[in-house]
This record gives sequence, C-alpha cells and structure tokens, in this order.
Amino acid sequence: MSPPLLGVEGQDQCNVSLMASSASVDTVSQNGLGLKERNYLGLSDCSSVDSSGVSSVPEENKNNLNLKATELRLGLPGSQSPERDPDFSPLSSVKLDEKQLFPLVPSKDGICLLSPKTVVSGNKRGFADTVDGFLESKSTIFTEGNWIFNAAGSDTGSKLAGNMLSHRSSGTQSTIKTDVPAKASQECDNKINGSNTNSAPAAKAQVVGWPPIRSFRKNTLASTSKNNDEVDGKPGPGTLFVKVSMDGAPYLRKVDLKTYSTYQELSSALEKMFSCFIIGQCGSEGAPSRETLSESKLKDLIHGSEYVLTYEDKDGDWMLVGDVPWEMFIASCKRLKIMKGSDAIGLAPRAVEKSKVRN
Amino acid sequence: MAYSFPEEVLEHVFSFLSSDRDRNAVSLVCKSWYEIERWCRRRVFIGNCYAVSPDIVIRRFPEVRALEMKGKPHFADFNLVPEGWGAYVHPWIRAMSAAYPLLEEIKLKRMVVTDESLELIARSFKNFKVLVLSSCEGFTTDGLASIAANCRNLRELDLRESEVEDLSGHWLSHFPDNCTSLVSLNMSCLGSEVSFSALERLVARCPNLRTLRLNRAVPIEKLPNLLHRAPQLVELGTGAYSAEIRSDIFSNLAEAFSVCKQLKGLSGFWDVVPAFLPAMYSVCSGITSLNLSYATIQSPDLVKLVSQCRNLQRLWVLDYIEDTGLEALAASCKDLQELRVFPSDPFGAEPNVALTEQGLVSVSEGCPKLQSVLYFCRQMSNAALVTIARNRPEMIRFRLCIIEPQAPDYLTLEPLDAGFGAIVENCKELRRLSMSGLLTDKVFEYIGNHAKKLEMLSIAFAGDSDLGLHHVLSGCESLRKLEIRDCPFGDKALLANAAKLETMRSLWMSSCSVSFGACKLLGQKMPRLNVEVIDERGPPDSRPESCPVEKLYVYRTVAGRRADMPGFVWTMDGDKSLTFS
Repeated sequence: MSPPLLGVEGQDQCNVSLMASSASVDTVSQNGLGLKERNYLGLSDCSSVDSSGVSSVPEENKNNLNLKATELRLGLPGSQSPERDPDFSPLSSVKLDEKQLFPLVPSKDGICLLSPKTVVSGNKRGFADTVDGFLESKSTIFTEGNWIFNAAGSDTGSKLAGNMLSHRSSGTQSTIKTDVPAKASQECDNKINGSNTNSAPAAKAQVVGWPPIRSFRKNTLASTSKNNDEVDGKPGPGTLFVKVSMDGAPYLRKVDLKTYSTYQELSSALEKMFSCFIIGQCGSEGAPSRETLSESKLKDLIHGSEYVLTYEDKDGDWMLVGDVPWEMFIASCKRLKIMKGSDAIGLAPRAVEKSKVRN
Repeated sequence: MAYSFPEEVLEHVFSFLSSDRDRNAVSLVCKSWYEIERWCRRRVFIGNCYAVSPDIVIRRFPEVRALEMKGKPHFADFNLVPEGWGAYVHPWIRAMSAAYPLLEEIKLKRMVVTDESLELIARSFKNFKVLVLSSCEGFTTDGLASIAANCRNLRELDLRESEVEDLSGHWLSHFPDNCTSLVSLNMSCLGSEVSFSALERLVARCPNLRTLRLNRAVPIEKLPNLLHRAPQLVELGTGAYSAEIRSDIFSNLAEAFSVCKQLKGLSGFWDVVPAFLPAMYSVCSGITSLNLSYATIQSPDLVKLVSQCRNLQRLWVLDYIEDTGLEALAASCKDLQELRVFPSDPFGAEPNVALTEQGLVSVSEGCPKLQSVLYFCRQMSNAALVTIARNRPEMIRFRLCIIEPQAPDYLTLEPLDAGFGAIVENCKELRRLSMSGLLTDKVFEYIGNHAKKLEMLSIAFAGDSDLGLHHVLSGCESLRKLEIRDCPFGDKALLANAAKLETMRSLWMSSCSVSFGACKLLGQKMPRLNVEVIDERGPPDSRPESCPVEKLYVYRTVAGRRADMPGFVWTMDGDKSLTFS
C-alpha cells in the first residue's frame, strides 16, 4: 500500500486497533507507566502492526518492547539499535553511563540523522547515494568549521556552544552503542542535540539563548553589576551582541563578540556572514545563487582594499578594527560596520592617536 | 429569522461582542451575518503577521480602528532568530494608511518598525490615539518625535522593552503645548535623558495621565516634581532609584508618594539605594503590581517592602529575595496571583543566592490565588513539583527554568518527568508551560495525556526520541504554539502529525533533528503551511537531504509564501523542489 506519508489516517487506524488489542497492557498504560504502543507512523512498513496486524505481535514481543521502550538509552536520533524490532521504533536512547562518553563529533560515523533503513519514506534517498552525491559537490565554503560560532574550545564534555556545534574528529565515537545506519561525511555540518551530550557540568560553554532571558534584561543587569562591582579582570559572563552593518547590504546582522578571542576569528566569521552580499548572492528578496565561491576569491575581496572593518566605540567615534588589544576592543565596541575602503581612509590615524591618548 | 431583521439591529447586537472568537463564530452563521459583522468589526488581532496579508484583512474588514499584531517567533527574544528575518510592519502601515484613515490604535509585538513607518503613521491617521510597541526594534527617537509632534489626540505611547536607537532625548520636547490627551507614557527602555522641564510640563497638562514609566535617566530627586503634578497616577515606573542619602530628598519623596492615593502599580527601580525604599511605604497598601526585577537589593530590604504590600497581586523580583523572602511573601500577600523570579547571575557557575525550589513551594502553599509562575532557579525536585501541583490545581501559566540544562532531580538524580507530569495532571486549566531540567519522553506522554487545555509549550534540551514530540502533537488538543530547541526530535513525529500543524499558529524547532528532506516533504504536502528553513550555513540543498536543518519555523497561513525572506531563510514550496523568495 502506498505510504500515507502524513500518517494521519494510518494513525487513526492503528490507534483504534491498538486500543482494542492491548488489553493486557491497559493497566500499565493507564498509570502512564508503560508506553502506549502507538504506531504513529502510518507508513507502509508498519503494516505488520497496523490495523490488521496488531494482534499478530506476539505477547512477549510487546512486553519486550515495553521494557525496551522504558529503558533509557541514548541514540542518535534516527538511529536504532540492531536488536530492536525495526517495525516498532520509538527511537532509542543511550544508557545513562554512556552519556559521559558520548562524544560531540563523529569521526566516520555520522550523526547525520536518518530514519532507520527499514522505515524510509518514499522520497528519501538511501544515505549512500547522498554521500556520493555530496562528496562531489564543491561547496567548500560552507564546510569549514571555523566559521561556526564556538564559545569555548572543543572538549568532550557538554559543549552547547551556540546552536550549532562544530564537529571535529574524535576517537570516542566508537563507544556509541547504538548503530547509526548512515555515515555522514565530515562536511555535513550536523548537530548533535544538546540533550544527548550534556551530562558533565564541567564545561560551561555559552549556549545561545540560554538561560532564556531577554536582551533588555541581560543588558540592564550587566550594566547594573558593572556599577556595583569592581573590575577584577575576569572575563564577563553572558553574551555581547553587537550589530554589524555593511554598506549596501539590505539588512544587518548581529554577532556575539564573546564567542571570539582574536581579531582573526571575528574577521573570518564576518567574511563568511557577509560573503553572500559581496557576491550578490543574497539580496533582500533572498535569491541566492547556487554558485559556490572559492575561499581565496572571497578573501581577496575582503582583504583587498575593497572593504574594511570599523567599529563605533563608547564615545561614538568610528575606529578601524585591529588597532587596540582584543580585550580593550570588546570592552569599547558598540557596533561594527563593514565599510568600503575608500570611506575609511580617514580613520586609521585617529584610531592610533586615540589609543595613544588612552595609554 | 436573520434576514427579516434590519441590519442596523443586528449591527447593534454585534457591537456588544468584543471577543474575536465570538465575532468569528457570528460571521459563520450565514452570509448576511458575515457581511454585517465584517462591516462593523473595529478591532483585529493578528497573532502572526505572515498568516495573512494586509490586502486580505482590508478586503474583509473595511472599517477597522484598532490593529494588534505579532511578528517574530517568541524565541527571537533569546537571540535565536537572526537579524533580518522579517516581521516588517511597513507594508501594513502603507496599506492601512490608504484603507483606514480613521485608524486609532496600533499595537505591535516583536516587529521591525522603522522611522519611516512611524512618520507614515503620524501623517496618515488623523485620529491616532494608541501606539504600543512591545519588544520591537528598527526605529530611532526621531520616529518618536514624529509621533509626538503630529498625533494631536495621542493617548498612549508605550515602548515597552523595545530596542530603540537613542539619538537624543529631544523627541519628548516635540509634544505640542496643546497636547493634553496623554493617558499612558512608557519610555522605560530609552537611555537618553529627556528634557526634564518638557517632561514636567507635559505631565502637568495631561490631567488624564494614569501610567507614567520613566527611564533610568530620570533622577530620583526629580521624581517628586512629577508626582505632585500627577497625583492621579495609577502606575508609576521610577527612574534610577538612588541618590546621595540626604534627609531632604527622602522627605520630599515620601511626601510626594503620600499624595498619590491611586497608585496601584510600581516599576523601574534601577540602581536602588535601600534607604529610599521606605519613602514608598505610604502607598504600599494599595499596590497590586510591583516590578522589582531590576532592583539589586538584598532579601531583608525586599521583605520589608513586600510585606507592606498586603494587596499585592503581581510580583516580579530578582532571586535576591531568596527562599526566606518568598516565605515572607507567602505569609503576607494572600492575594498574590502572579510571581516571576528572575536570576541575578544567570551565567555564574555557582549559585550566588539562597534561592531554591523551596521558595516556590512556600508561595504555592501560602498563596491560594497563585496562577501564574515564572521561576528561575538552580535546583528542583520531583517532590517539590508534585507539592506545587497539588497545592495549586488552578495554575494557568507555569514556566520553570532550571539554569543548568538537563539538570535532574537534585535529590534522586532522576528525570523530572514525574514532577512535570504532576503539574499537567493536577492543573487542568494549564494554558502555558515551559519546562527545563532532565526530561525523557515520559514527560511528553504525560503532557499528551493530560494537558488538554495547553495552548503554548516551550521545550529545551528534553526528550529522547520522536515519540516525545508525537505525544505532544497528537495529545494536546488546544495547542497553538509549540517551540522547541535542542531536542532529539526528527522527521517522523513531524510528518506523522502534519495535519495538526494546520490547527496551530506556529511551530518552532531549532537545533533538533529534522532533515531537509522532511521539511521539503512537509512543504509539498501541506500547501496551507509555510515551512521555512532558517539556515545560516548556506542553501540546504548544498548538503545531503538527510542533513538536519538549523532551524525550522512552520506556520499556517492564507497568504502564501512570504516575499521578504532574507538570504538565510528558505521556504519549502510545493511548486518546486526548492524555492527561494
């Protein structure tokens, strides 16, 4: 039967039959302790457990599944352990002790998330196909890890930096018990869900938007505490979002200066972020072309005399970025602007003078 | 029968219907009622500006006087929505400037408003009265000057928590001398100092002024000047509440407060010097709403203040209040309905205050009317949550943020499934829930089974598998808004419950496991949904289809795909395999 992709009808059918037949697990279900055996997928391969099939699921299988379903196992979403009944795949989760070992990065095993091979919607290609296709693609610009915003260096503990995690090879991937049926190429910038990795409180990387506090409140508290505390040289907590505008770009962006520690990092990140404007890929109507850009060509444009990076400091003056030590820069930067080189000619001498005056 | 009633009679009857739901129901009765109703609808609320277009609204409701609209998804408050995403109000203002010359009210939340829009408002609507910009951005104080200068009948100018480019405080001086209509002014989000004499004169000549929320730059010594000129104030937001400790400042302040017999709400309190708090004691017995969430004062001072406010219904406070302070609150304020406790040091590794789950338990025990909670803390237990749930079964909004993601029950180290399960099981009227801590699919099963009136659910770092999401989507009958971040939810539950999404306003999923392929499929199969992928890594089709998207925003719409998407947003359209706007 053709898979009712959206599963709504299938789901109804399945549910009705499930309810009728699961008398033995009713009491359990009613306490909310056992998982209801719902086949919510409504996909064709679930036919063995849909309306006609539920009663055919052997009793012990059901019990096994209940046990397994309540077992805490952490698996990559979309993965399933080999011994699990492939027709019934509430996706698995790893045992608690594995959380400690769960690495952030795949080496060869991917965390590119796929449904298990046995449950494949009609439109999905097998992963092997996609990998081959992908490796041939040329979008190297998006594969570099260094443009992903990271709050801290990599580590195997909880790394919830930003809402994207950068993945670098790690040998601990092999400790994952559950199989990931698909392997992702390194270039597929996958995320591991923070929920699966954060167990150790050791690494307190900044997570974007967590705790969920509005910027207005954060900024107010930050400035209140600055008034109250002395400067003791410790790095400020929290985030430091500043707006970045660029001449000719249809909208501005925001970056968190706290996620960088050098000018180089900031510069690379901005290059990537604004590349589409330079090449004319992204207009306000958002019509990106599918051309990819070689990195060298991009850097030429930025490092060439075409654009310079400037910032507005607390006094309201516009200065060239790079003249003062990084710490001093973040303390005084209110916002950034990517200017055409010709517009920025007058800035350099002032910036140097100003820092001389300060020093 | 309906068609034998004169229209005027029906219109008169409909004029008593204020709720949108009632009006919507009425308009479905028959064609003539639809027609009559649409001509007399004066207030329109649009929960998602992209769910409908200006033309559609104007076509259906030709005589609107008040528009309320929301733009960006809620998680934009926490920097999860990149700049440039959208929610521009200008197309709406442009369309309405032609169609609704009699427009009186515009209330916007999380939208991008420009000076151009403000100028257009000021020019186009001769009877403009109310402008509320909540968490908006994109405009400067120049735009405010246009509003002040041109809106002769302005009653409300409320900029709550908006991000305004503050060029100067001069905008306030643009209110003409003959402007006497002001009822509410909220400029608390602005940084610049306004001309105090202009402010004084404005306040003095507006006899109906009820709400005045000053910004931080207004010093406490000047506060009495304003209070004396506006003794009828009902809501006051102070400026910085600190000065050199001098008895004349104190006595002036105390005397000024004592004159304000109508005060019910207080806010502001930046930079509080505790010595000046007793100046307010004369009004405390009448206070029902107190926002101390910027007041960095310690528990004893907080307790002294709060225990004077016996009629308090709403308290927003920092966690400096600590468990002991909350106990005192529970003992004194028996009318308390809403409590929000914000973290003073959210990014610190160690707790800096003695605030635990116990504080919330005390309040739940002592305050029989408690129905709305927002609580930031660093530890929680299932036992506490069960107690809270049993104490307060009439809870309506429950938002708990345990600062460390995935923190377990600190006593048993178990997930907090049972605790939140108790909340949804006992609190049958629960409409809004935000969860945190260590949570497995189990909690979602509880939610799906019990939270039948839940309208908005926020989930972070929770769940084990698609089963969790499936429980929510299939079980929560009243769900309108679902926002999820960093959860292992993928394609299956989403696709299996696609039809559910048309019954909701919106779904947000970021840092989850929804693949690009699934998004495409969803977009193809559900033409009345806009399925938007936000991905700053570049076009999704430059990666395998199985690759998860960074962020996904799905919402129902009758306006089709939007035309103003930036380069990092792609809409999954049914017409092509991948479309860019």
